[in-house]
Amino acid sequence: MITYLLCFILFLVGLYGVITRRNLIKIAISLSIMEVSTFLFFALIGYIEGGRAPIVNPAEPNQVYVDPLPQALVLTAIVIGLATTSLLMAVIIRIYRKYKTFDIREIRNLRG
Amino acid sequence: MNPVIPILVIVPLACAFLSMALGRFVRDLPKYFTAVVMLFLLIASFYSLINIGTGLSLYKVGGWEPVNKIPIGIYMVLDGYSAIMLCIISTIGFLSAVYSISYINRYTGEKYYYALFCLMVAGMNGVVLSGDLFNIFVFLEISVISSYALVAFGVEKNELEASFKYQVLGGIASFLILFGIGFIYWKTKTLNIADIKEAFKTGYDKTFYVFVQLLILSGFGLKAAIMPFHAWLPDAHSSAPSPISAMLSGVFIKAVGIYVIIRLFFNMFVISEEVAILITSLGTLSMVIGVFLAIGQWDIKRLLAYHSISQMGYVILAVGTGMILISRGQNRDIAALAITGGLFHLINHAAFKGLLFLNAGAIEYRLGTRNLKEMGGLSARMPVTSATSFIASMSISGLPPFNGFFSKLIIVIACVKARFYLLAVLAVIVSIVTLASFLKLQRYAFYNKAPDKENHNIKEVASPMLFSMITLGILCFLLSLLAFPSLRESILQPAVDILMDTDTYGLKIIGM
Repeated sequence: MITYLLCFILFLVGLYGVITRRNLIKIAISLSIMEVSTFLFFALIGYIEGGRAPIVNPAEPNQVYVDPLPQALVLTAIVIGLATTSLLMAVIIRIYRKYKTFDIREIRNLRG
Repeated sequence: MNPVIPILVIVPLACAFLSMALGRFVRDLPKYFTAVVMLFLLIASFYSLINIGTGLSLYKVGGWEPVNKIPIGIYMVLDGYSAIMLCIISTIGFLSAVYSISYINRYTGEKYYYALFCLMVAGMNGVVLSGDLFNIFVFLEISVISSYALVAFGVEKNELEASFKYQVLGGIASFLILFGIGFIYWKTKTLNIADIKEAFKTGYDKTFYVFVQLLILSGFGLKAAIMPFHAWLPDAHSSAPSPISAMLSGVFIKAVGIYVIIRLFFNMFVISEEVAILITSLGTLSMVIGVFLAIGQWDIKRLLAYHSISQMGYVILAVGTGMILISRGQNRDIAALAITGGLFHLINHAAFKGLLFLNAGAIEYRLGTRNLKEMGGLSARMPVTSATSFIASMSISGLPPFNGFFSKLIIVIACVKARFYLLAVLAVIVSIVTLASFLKLQRYAFYNKAPDKENHNIKEVASPMLFSMITLGILCFLLSLLAFPSLRESILQPAVDILMDTDTYGLKIIGM
């Protein structure tokens, strides 16, 4: 249970970073932390006590295997996460070229 | 196995790839190719709407048949509800693609624009058709990532800032959704929506269940810009190129937000009264606050974006009312009426909000400004834009004989019949405030005297843009025909039946 709790704390750390940081890059890093905590959660729910990697060996019918589906989901989600992170970074670089700053307090044209 | 289902997703994906690959050699190819592909999707989705009737049809990806009545592959499901959504996506998508032919030549990198456009459509079609929770997430991310890029397509200060905000909030929403999916998989050991429904029916831990529902609601609520999560919408929708604004406001927030919320809360979760009341109050909140935020706006596209929040509030209010009635187990007829009103308003909103954003785009194309105070006197110079904008404005404000009137009328009647008098009164008041706000838009943009700046060389926009606007204007009239009982029963009723069918929906899909 403690691992699940730590995973949730990691999520909250990321959320805290997104809300409080002022630097665009640090916001992107905090988002990545949230992302990783979600992946970790998926890896945890697939784990079965004493389980082995899910490569079925017919010689050992009583072997317990971990659930392979969450691993497949995490792989998919990592690819998606790569796309979102790289797009976010590309936009941050463009923002830096236009505004000459990473400080989010100075990037506020849009209001109301 | 229905072969139309995968085609609806594969064709736009292939089009995205091909416009990138072939656009290097033939410069003008992507724009016409995209329009043709969207026309094909339009025909395919209307074909499936007519064909599906009240039935259900499945496509098992990779041909994985269920083992011992337990589905193991990815299912794609087409039913009346998703067919309606498909038609909305492809109609607005086709008209936006045609509109883009002459609009997008202001930007560089046209082929990237069309590739992203097709990816967005492919993602939305996938979300609408998918019967598997994780598959919904994957297609959602495909369409959301391309919409991030499209919002930033102008790469000026405002566009980049809007896109950054949108990406951060959208990222948080995605992780909330992913967490929710993880929790559901943890408890039920399945990702198939129909199978999860059966697992939830057998009994569940109440705290866990409410927690998961809140995670899913806040995740998709962020995508749909329901009230407490609306902050990104006005920025993103006003900064995108106008055809994309029309897509985002007219289709995107519905397909990846409202559609999924309705689908999951009716067909996957067992409806509980507390959550139904929460959804209804969130809808009422967005309906009321959205319109009051819209009143003070002078940027024409921001004004329209705030109205999107408000009009989505109507849909959620109507559907939430239906949920409350179903969960109390009383009077399913009134519940069906409320849901019909919600879905009808969903369709209508796509038509008139798409049209309004295309009008705003036409004005911006000719004047180069979005500020209402700098416009004026355009009704003589741009007669078609002015006329269609008038139709759309009256339609969104709910004046007869336009489509908005009938859907709002059905929603108000359902609220009164359900004895939620406060909601009915609020719906009418918001409609009046909407009318005031759009009279302001009409007056300042089209009828006031032009400001001192000379507007003599302003003329009507090019014919592809006119074609899209006129078609949507005609649709604003035609869609009001859906209020007639015979048409309503053949088009809206199957969708409502699918949603109301909370008991046997899962069994039907597993049994196929």
